[in-house]
Amino acid sequence: MIRGGTTATRAKRHAAMLAAVAGVCVLGPWIWPYAPDAQDTLLGASAPSWRHWLGTDLLGRDLLARLMEGGRVSIGVGLAATAVSLVIGVAWGTIAGYAGGRTDRLMMRLVDVLYALPFTVFVIVLTVVFGRSLLLLFVAIGAVEWLTMARIVRAQTLSLKQSPFVEAVVLMGLSPLRILYRHVVPNLLGPVIVYATLTVPRVMLLEAFMSFLGLGVQPPMSSWGTLIRDGVEVMEEFPWLLLSPAVIFAMTLYSLNALGDALRDLLDPSEGGR
Amino acid sequence: MIRYVLKRVAELVPVLWAVITIAFFLARLAPGGPFDAERKAPPEALRQIEAYYKLDQPLWKQYASYLGGVVRGDFGPSFRKPGRTVTEWILLRLPVSLELGIYGLCVALVLGLAGGLAAALRPDSILDRTLNFASLLGICLPAFLLGPLLVLVFSLWLGWLPVAGWSTPAHKVLPSLTLGALYAAYLARLTRGSMLEVLGQDFIRAARARGLSEARVALVHALPGAMVPVSAFLGPAIAGLFTGSFVVETIFFIPGLGREFVEAAFNRDYTMVIGTVVVYAALVAALNLAADLVTAWLDPRIRLE
Repeated sequence: MIRGGTTATRAKRHAAMLAAVAGVCVLGPWIWPYAPDAQDTLLGASAPSWRHWLGTDLLGRDLLARLMEGGRVSIGVGLAATAVSLVIGVAWGTIAGYAGGRTDRLMMRLVDVLYALPFTVFVIVLTVVFGRSLLLLFVAIGAVEWLTMARIVRAQTLSLKQSPFVEAVVLMGLSPLRILYRHVVPNLLGPVIVYATLTVPRVMLLEAFMSFLGLGVQPPMSSWGTLIRDGVEVMEEFPWLLLSPAVIFAMTLYSLNALGDALRDLLDPSEGGR
Repeated sequence: MIRYVLKRVAELVPVLWAVITIAFFLARLAPGGPFDAERKAPPEALRQIEAYYKLDQPLWKQYASYLGGVVRGDFGPSFRKPGRTVTEWILLRLPVSLELGIYGLCVALVLGLAGGLAAALRPDSILDRTLNFASLLGICLPAFLLGPLLVLVFSLWLGWLPVAGWSTPAHKVLPSLTLGALYAAYLARLTRGSMLEVLGQDFIRAARARGLSEARVALVHALPGAMVPVSAFLGPAIAGLFTGSFVVETIFFIPGLGREFVEAAFNRDYTMVIGTVVVYAALVAALNLAADLVTAWLDPRIRLE
């Protein structure tokens, strides 16, 4: 149990760090005097200073304010797309696992087929088709990220189906839908939460990747991905415009992954630490 | 074994058909055609263009003729880059991406295996901790961050290597490093864990008891067993290296298929997008199949399923 204790502190530390980043981003407009789109063209790009802690970009916009705004978009897209993948994955997995037989085989065969597709290619195609809007971006990402969730949920549903309490509610004559959503899904929450935590950084990475290529978040809106792209363009003269978005982005991704791993160790002791 | 191979190859056909069909209809679903953009062409010219690209025929006819073309290896004319067909563009760009992918694979294998081995032989040493930190860094720094940072340090500040391009060997160093770094990091962690597990087993203790040198124990007795999970990882990793080069090719201005695809996505060049998607899907499917076949060859239990 000593190990469990250290894992729990690890999880708490990363959760606290993430909460701090998200909190600062959300509270940004109230606690930081500069607006993300307030230009100061006389000032232009300036290095970090007492007035602008992380410096300003070419148009004199405060980088910290832009990072907070970008964080709201990046984290928001991460959570929203994860929610989409969660809904599709849980519904698909429980139905396939509970129905069993041919339905199950057919549904999971489709998941196998989609697994064989190169994901990023698919997301890029979806942006070609539906245009580059933020809403559609996270729907598209969520729509390709649900596959693993569906597999995990199906496997759990299969084993839950065998358990006595499900047999009991079946004998009580409840409808399959009611059994699924009142009795099966609540018992799936552990692995679902763990996998959802690991999906958020994957989604944020995909969003930043798309934004970096110019296919994701469009100006005037900015995300961490677009800030990194803007920073790359001027990195020779103004390296700080690349470095701080890069650091905050990498740190957030790392914390999310570490939190997911720690939660897995805590909630699913059978897997053990890798 | 031959039956197994044939069965697996036959399974590829419906997958590729599904990819072609999905890509084709998704592209047709898109609001706005590729030609109603900049200037208004006279209706007569527009009709001619549509006839040239067969856009005036009913959808099922377009689909049938496209499917027939793909079977013959013909992806049709490019919407935005007239003069060459999509197939010609792909044949021109794909070798560059494959070359980049092979270099990336070499980087991943050399750095990953060497790093993982070195860390496993001296667990918890300073070297192990340094390598652990480096591999974590490699995992947390996506290519679109690592690439620019490498350029910043090695090209702009130190001036050792060119910023972008794809001509001399010096041009190929940074892109290969950028592409291979993530997989090198995964491989190093995998190799380290796998080696430590094997090194803890009884037959290793027996080999040590026979008085063999530590190097011989590690390389001759432990390494082959430790490579089993590593080889299973390689199939998807190679597929990722060949198809994951959009960012690297964009950062370094490399004329490969990845950059062509991103450009086509920007320009809504549908035939080019569909053609590239099909090629990528075929490539990934073939590589995954090859990986499965190697695993089945190593482990006969899988074939019997």
